[in-house]
Amino acid sequence: MNVRVPSNLADYTKDARVVEAKGGTLGEALEDLDRRYPGIRFRIVSEQDRIRRHIKIFVNQDQARDLGAPLSPNDEILIVAALSGG
Amino acid sequence: MSRPVAPIPAARASVALLVTTRKGAFIFRSDAARRRWRLAGPHFLGHDVHHAVLDPRDRKTLLAAARTGHLGPTVFRSADFGRTWREAKRPAAFPKAKEGEKGREVNHVFWLAPGHASHPGVWYAGTSPQGLFRSEDGGATWDSVAGFNDHPMRDKWTGGEQDGTPDGPKLHSILVDPRDPAHLYIGMSSGGVFESRDAGASWQPLNAGCRADFFPDPFPEYGHDPHCVRLHPLAPDRLYQQNHCGIYRMDRAEGRWVRIGEKMPKSVGDIGFPLALHPRDPDTLWVFPMDGTTVWPRTSPGGRPAVYATRDGGRTWLRLDRGLPRAQAWWTVKRQALTVDAHDPVGIYFGTTGGELWASTDEGKRFACIARHLPQIQSVEAAELGR
Repeated sequence: MNVRVPSNLADYTKDARVVEAKGGTLGEALEDLDRRYPGIRFRIVSEQDRIRRHIKIFVNQDQARDLGAPLSPNDEILIVAALSGG
Repeated sequence: MSRPVAPIPAARASVALLVTTRKGAFIFRSDAARRRWRLAGPHFLGHDVHHAVLDPRDRKTLLAAARTGHLGPTVFRSADFGRTWREAKRPAAFPKAKEGEKGREVNHVFWLAPGHASHPGVWYAGTSPQGLFRSEDGGATWDSVAGFNDHPMRDKWTGGEQDGTPDGPKLHSILVDPRDPAHLYIGMSSGGVFESRDAGASWQPLNAGCRADFFPDPFPEYGHDPHCVRLHPLAPDRLYQQNHCGIYRMDRAEGRWVRIGEKMPKSVGDIGFPLALHPRDPDTLWVFPMDGTTVWPRTSPGGRPAVYATRDGGRTWLRLDRGLPRAQAWWTVKRQALTVDAHDPVGIYFGTTGGELWASTDEGKRFACIARHLPQIQSVEAAELGR
């Protein structure tokens, strides 16, 4: 499935904004993403497997609240870094 | 086992200043006279970089603690003095909590400290919230120091996560006794000063004599707010701390903190963040006072910034402000942002919350601004580039 990554993470994906990952749940897909782009997962998911405070992850149109969200092969994951800051 | 401390000769060559800010890191290199400075950077533009430290054991490896507001924390490592950087393969992270427990998350790595000279590759990291981590491979992978992070008293010592500084409670001032790699000190805001004599396996509070006037008992066993703790490299049993409640000295055999800031002028007080020690004279140190009255503005007292020095272990203090703004300068200097080099006379350097970098090459007799318009400066470390 496609994973759309924000500019904040483009260093990991060598500037690719749409990358591939596989998994039956969001957690599995992010593990696979980390195998392809080492280090990327910890920037968006904490050591307690919580999606970080200023990160939102959508599966298609719906926001995923935890890593257990189920995925189908044709789903699209969208990772968004919050607009807050200063 | 204690080892003798070797004397430290005065440095003669150029100095590098590692400056970290809320928006990236910068490296300034001097000429041998420390008159001209060349800037490289920014590194990690947009990252909140809390600390960058040169490994004194090889003088080329740099570690930097960084995060952005949105992404999780990490540590970057450079083996070529900042030309290229690699991210840690396994950044500092608390152990996964048991089912049903909330567990702690590292918000940011705040403090980096090289390990003992006899242990190349060993580093320590202090985090927010308070956590202690150790690397044995030069910062590539980090492990939790269970003796502290899992200590049954840890939550009581630290006062919980609602306590501490506005951007998160911190573990800082990781000090390694140059005579004994197993002898460690840490400071916590909040929590106090703690000591380990077994490489971090067990810890004891070390706060006797130090005030914590924000508690019903102003002299508790722990819960204090040290802002910066330093150990003298030539006299490792001499400790100093700039605390939320004043400036203190401890001679370790006595085991009690003695408030030495009461001799500061009453109009200035002895509240501040940083403290820096003379590399060869255990009785000489420099502090940068801030306004700790009423609502705690944490600005230069009266808008008139100054460094204060003592040359007799805190019995007397001297104001050093030549070259600094005379009025209406409302910045301050954070706990990691005042440092010294190893030259003779010693160079003193500090970075301000207003993004200015100041230097003195004569132990504070006169200061000159060597950079303006940087982001808010969080740390300044001086590194000797050769002798």
